[in-house]
Parts: sequence; structure tokens; C-alpha cells
Amino acid sequence: MPTEILMPALSPTMEEGTLAKWLVKEGDEVKSGDVIAEIETDKATMEVEAADEGTVAKLVVPEGTENVKVNAVIALLAGEGEDASKAETQSRPKKEKSAPKAKPEKDEKAAAERKQPKIEVKTDPGIPDGTEFVTQTVREALRDAMAEEMRRDENVFVMGEEVAQYEGAYKVTQGLLAEFGDRRVVDTPITEHGFAGLGVGAAFAGLRPIVEFMTFNFAMQAIDHLINSAAKTRYMSGGQMSCPIVFRGPNGPASRVGAQHSHDYASWYAHIPGLVVIAPYSAADAKGLLKAAIRDPNPVVFLENEVLYGKTFEVPLLDDYVLPIGKARVMKEGSDVTLVSHSHGLAYCLEAMAKLEEEGIDVELIDLRTIRPLDIDTIIDSVKKTNRLVTVEETWPVCGIGAEIAARVQADAFDFLDAPILRVTQKDVPMPYAANLEKLALPSAEEVAEAVKAVCYR
Amino acid sequence: MASRTSSKSAAGKPAKKPAAKPAKKSEKSASLSPKDELQAYRDMLLIRRFEEKAGQMYGMGLIGGFCHLYIGQEAVVVGMQMAIEEGDQVITGYRDHGHMLACGMDPKGVMAELTGREGGYSRGKGGSMHMFSIEKRFYGGHGIVGAQVPIGTGLAFANQYRKNGQVCLTYFGDGAANQGQVYESFNMAELWRLPVVYVIENNQYAMGTSVARASAQTNLSKRGASFNIPGEQVDGMDVRAVRAAGEKAAEFCRAGKGPYILEMMTYRYRGHSMSDPAKYRAREEVAKMRQEHDPIEQVRARLLAGKHVTEDELKEIDKEIKAVVNDAAEFAQSSPEPDPSELWTDVLAEV
Repeated sequence: MPTEILMPALSPTMEEGTLAKWLVKEGDEVKSGDVIAEIETDKATMEVEAADEGTVAKLVVPEGTENVKVNAVIALLAGEGEDASKAETQSRPKKEKSAPKAKPEKDEKAAAERKQPKIEVKTDPGIPDGTEFVTQTVREALRDAMAEEMRRDENVFVMGEEVAQYEGAYKVTQGLLAEFGDRRVVDTPITEHGFAGLGVGAAFAGLRPIVEFMTFNFAMQAIDHLINSAAKTRYMSGGQMSCPIVFRGPNGPASRVGAQHSHDYASWYAHIPGLVVIAPYSAADAKGLLKAAIRDPNPVVFLENEVLYGKTFEVPLLDDYVLPIGKARVMKEGSDVTLVSHSHGLAYCLEAMAKLEEEGIDVELIDLRTIRPLDIDTIIDSVKKTNRLVTVEETWPVCGIGAEIAARVQADAFDFLDAPILRVTQKDVPMPYAANLEKLALPSAEEVAEAVKAVCYR
Repeated sequence: MASRTSSKSAAGKPAKKPAAKPAKKSEKSASLSPKDELQAYRDMLLIRRFEEKAGQMYGMGLIGGFCHLYIGQEAVVVGMQMAIEEGDQVITGYRDHGHMLACGMDPKGVMAELTGREGGYSRGKGGSMHMFSIEKRFYGGHGIVGAQVPIGTGLAFANQYRKNGQVCLTYFGDGAANQGQVYESFNMAELWRLPVVYVIENNQYAMGTSVARASAQTNLSKRGASFNIPGEQVDGMDVRAVRAAGEKAAEFCRAGKGPYILEMMTYRYRGHSMSDPAKYRAREEVAKMRQEHDPIEQVRARLLAGKHVTEDELKEIDKEIKAVVNDAAEFAQSSPEPDPSELWTDVLAEV
């Protein structure tokens, strides 16, 4: 029985990749540890090693094939005494049986994500009619935003761990070193507290640093500088000294990375006067808002999401696409219930809305985009129309963004509410590692749909 | 140029009791011209009288919160300020009144900030620990122990980025010298050869804890050794030694050779803050320091001995300074409290 070589998962959030190159051909002898292929993900090119010894019986997926799903059979390896020429992929069903759990899980998740575009999302009203669009990942949009601002303003520079030569741990700074050089794209040691403070000092001196945290989980080591040094100084100096700095990086749960790497900090930073907090969902918003953040004279915490980095969206082809900070966006108008979310929380909403639409519930969907200052007016206006509100976020419920929205809405639109406000959040536990527990801990489209139905008394 | 090793004074010996003596003078104890001596006298006296007045006003309830006085340490900032050039930046922690006055900030604005009034440098919204003057190149005034060290390193980063030839003096105390972010900063500063002079004001006590009780390596000038940052101990009670060391360090940085550490062996006469009775050290220790090493008295004695100035002329200076300080105190009491509308301003810069 030949051994199947499967498309490997090379990062926690990888779902597919390109089989760039075979380094062996059919009939070659390989032993464990030999490099047999190169695989490109949206982040990097990786080598695949043989895990077994034998003869390459069949290259099932030809080189250059794009979008090869994780766990797909890419080659067959004949063991000693097996006839390599007879190897076929018919062993596939049997293999599936022997390792049934993990794979469908991943496929199901990927399928769920692909389902999203079913909901027709409104174009940003700020974009002029007749504008052309280009399809881009969030990752590319963020990179373009930085590059455009660096071209525009000599004072803008990027610093962080692996941002220059490695081109970003998540490849967000790809190409920046080549264009701008190591004066403006600065690799730092692993020293979050130090380089966050150093960035603040550079901003006090009038530069415009973009400080990348490899993830916001690591920014906890530096949080004193974000809050005590960056956010408070303008007030403490009577308006004399500003801190024009952007702290950016992936925030919130990724996939199977455990409790210390899955933390969503939106509500932590949103608590702080003197900070601007942005958490975009789409690539267009990521671009327009990051450009705005870099130009803003205030310290901005720009919360990205690893799961969204590789997702594609339509980005307007405009010379200088800058969005206003502090403006939520009505992504879809509706009359029955208002659904408010931000960042990856919107993925659950869009999936839920596809089902709810079939059941005749017309949802109005709002993407906050900026968490602080919170665009409460857009939410209130919507609630006055729908009279019902559900909030969705990947943070814990206690003192979360939903809690804040609920407090403000009941104060300003109490008489318009026909049902209690419900929150869909991460469960109030540290993020578990086990796949099933992690799924339970995160919000889900089912929970969103249930909450929407509950406030509609259906 | 000095060798890249620290000077020998007090090296390596773990002090069993608080070492209440200044370091041996740096090898090159440059003298000052009579004119510079007189300027140093004036500048140090202004800080001394200002701080004494602040102490009185605190006692009268006119100044609130924390108030950390600089009395005894005057030679450090005055000597360093004489060593740097126009445009060089200064940043420090919370014991900052002396630094601001040395930078040339208006005593009225500083005192009015202490009383929390509209005329204060931060319009009453910062207080003793949080004042800034971009015009005078003073970047605070930081209340979190050690936080100014990476920030000062960032100011130096900006100097290098702009290739403007400026140097940042980053002051911190013996207490802050044990914060991790200090070493994160040392590493980056040397790695990128940033123009920053780290001035460690070793006044022997981090609040109530002596250096020997808190520091495995009590010679703080050696704290940059593993980063290859040169450092030396300086008699921080002698303004001449401070200036000479400061000039050497600033020149080193300006030449693109990276950071430099100066450990100023100094002493604070008062408690850590106004609310500290300083029971952790003997009265005699303080008295001895004042009698034998007072930075202002040293200059005064030299000026008189050299017959560069008469007693009467010094009295005249004393009188002038007293008048400046009294004016500041009066301004700080007559300046109105900030308008209630100020509560909501300056949180974010308007776009």
C-alpha cells in the first residue's frame, strides 16, 4: 500500500497553498528528511520534507497548481517491495476513515468562510460612482497603505520584529525594505517594552512611527508606553506635545494557538482616553483607515486580524483613499434588527444573515470600523429604526465593546427598544487549545442567528 | 577619548552600608573659568531656592500630590547643561524641577504648574511630574520609573534619522537603573549607535532602599558593559567634573560612536518626596554630605578663594535669585485655576 503525501498546513490559519515546485520526479528514491517540494502560501515559500522512505510513485498534483487544499493528496510514495507504477489514489477513502476528525473540521470552516459573500454588502457611500475596484487581500491593502504614506511623508517609518529582512512575520511589510531601505524599515530585537517606548520618543520628536507588534498579545509587555506615555502626554502637557504614532499588528483569536496568543484587546485600548482604536474588517477599510491612522496626530492602536489577512475584498482604485476615523459603516440596510460588530466578528454576522434572510428576518448590519471614538450615532439611528440590537465580538463579555454599546443605547434610545439588547461574545474562559473546545469558546454564526431570533421573539 | 572601560572608583565592592560619599573625581577634573563658575553658582542657587520655596508651599497646602525635590543634586543638571549644545534634548523622570530650570524654562510657569494653575507649563493639567517645553528641548517629566529611558532613546533615534547632529540627555536614577526597559534601551542604542547620553543620577537611595540593598552590581556605570557601552562614575557634587564628563560623553555621541553612560555620584538632602521622613539614613550622613560636599558651597568657596567675587557680590546674586523665586511663588498663587472647560480639552489633537 503506497504512502500518501498530503498537502501540509504550514501555519495556524493556512487553508490552501500553491504547489510551486517538485524537487523530485516519479521513480526517485527518497528517504525521510529529503526536501521533495516547495509550497507557497500567501506568507512564504516553504519546503516540504519526506516523512518516510520509498520511491516516488506518483506526483498527483502537478507543480504550479494553485489553491491546493490542506490535506489533499499531492503524491504517493511506494514502500519497499511495492510496485511504484501501480500506485493509485484509490487508497484515499480508506485513509479518510483512519483519520476522520481533524480534516472535515478544517474544510467545514473554510467552506463557512467562503459562504460569506452571499450577503450583498453596500458599497461605501464615500466612494464616487464609477470608481474602479481591484481585488486585494487585507494583507496587501495594509502594505499598500504603509507604502503610500511612506512615499508621501519622509517622517513615516516602520519598526518591529521581523518587519524588514523577513518582510513581516505575517508578510504585511512585504517589499517595504526593498523600496525604502533599512533607515525607514527597521528590524528590532525582541524587546516590545523597549521599542514601543522608543517609538513614542521618536513621535515626541515629530517623526511618525508605525510600530508593528508581531501580535497584540506581545504588546502587553509594552502596554505601559501605549497608555502612560503615548495616550496621556498630550493632556498632561496641556496640549503642547502630541504623539503621532501607530501601533499595529494582528489581534484576537487566530486558530488553535491557545490562550496566550488568542487575546482580543479591543476593549482594553478602547477604555483609554487619548487613544484612537481602529479594527477594520475589509481590505478597503484596512487601507483607508491605516492611511488615516498614519496621518492622524494622535496615538492610534490599529487592530488587525490574522484570519482576515488572506481574505480578498474589492478595494477602490483611487489615488489617495483615506477614510474618516470614527465613522461606522452600514454594510447592509435592514428593518427588523440591528447587528453591530467589527473585525472578524463580521464573518459570523454575514454567515448568520444568509440563514436569517431565508427565514425572512431583515437584518441591518453595522461595521464599527473605529472602536474609539465610537460612532454611537449610527447605532442609535439604526436602533430607532429596527428597535432591536445584537452585538457581536470576539472579546470576552465582561466590560467588552458590547457592554459599552448596550449602556449607551439604553441611555439614549430606551424608548425605542422593543427587546433587551443581546451580546454574542467569546465565552468567559481563557481560549482552549482543543479544536472542539476552541469552537465552543468562539462566537458562531449559529449563536448570532439565535440571538437575532431571540430579540425578534421568534 | 576615554577608554571604553569605566573608571575605578568604588568598583566591584559590594557596599555593606549606604555609601554616603561621592566618587573620586574623574581623572580629568577640568576647571571652569571664573565666568562659568559664577554662572554655575547662579543656576544651582536658583534650583536650590526654588526647591526650598516649593517645599514651603507644599507645607502650606498650595502644592498637592507628590513633590520630589532636587536639593543636593544641583551640580548634575547644571554641569550637564553647560556641556551640551543648543538643540540637544533633555528628558528625565519625576524629580524634574531642577532639569526644567537648567533648561531655561520659566520658574513662574514651573511653579504655577506645581500649584495646578492656568499659568503652569501644562496649564495645570500635568503637575510636578509632567511638564514639557519643546521650545527649551525639555521632553518631560515622566512619572513611571524608567519609562523615560526608551523614550529618550527614541528622541536620539529621531536625531539619527534626521542626521541633525543632536544628542539626547536621558536622566534616570539608581532606582530606575534596575528596570528592564533600561537594558532594552541600552541594547538598541548601542546596536544602532544612537546619540544618547544616559545620565544615571545615583543619589544613593531609591525611595528608602539603598543601592547596596537593591543592586547586585552597585557600580552602575558598568551596567552597560555587556552592551559595550562605555561608562564612568563622576563626582556629581562637583559641577566641574560633571561638565568635563558631560562634554566628553556628548562629543562621543555626536561623533557617531553610540551611547555613553555617566553615573553621577550625588545625594539628595530631602526625602524621596515631601511625604518621606527619610528614616532609612542617619541624620549625620546627610549633615556630613552638606558640610563637606555641597555643590553650591564648593563653587562659592572657590570663587571667594580666587578673589573672583566678593561676599557682597554673592549676596547681591542671592537677593536677585530670591526675588525671581518669590515672583514665581506669587505668580503661582495668583494665576487662576484652569477653567472648568479645560477638563475636556487636549485629550486628542484636532485633525
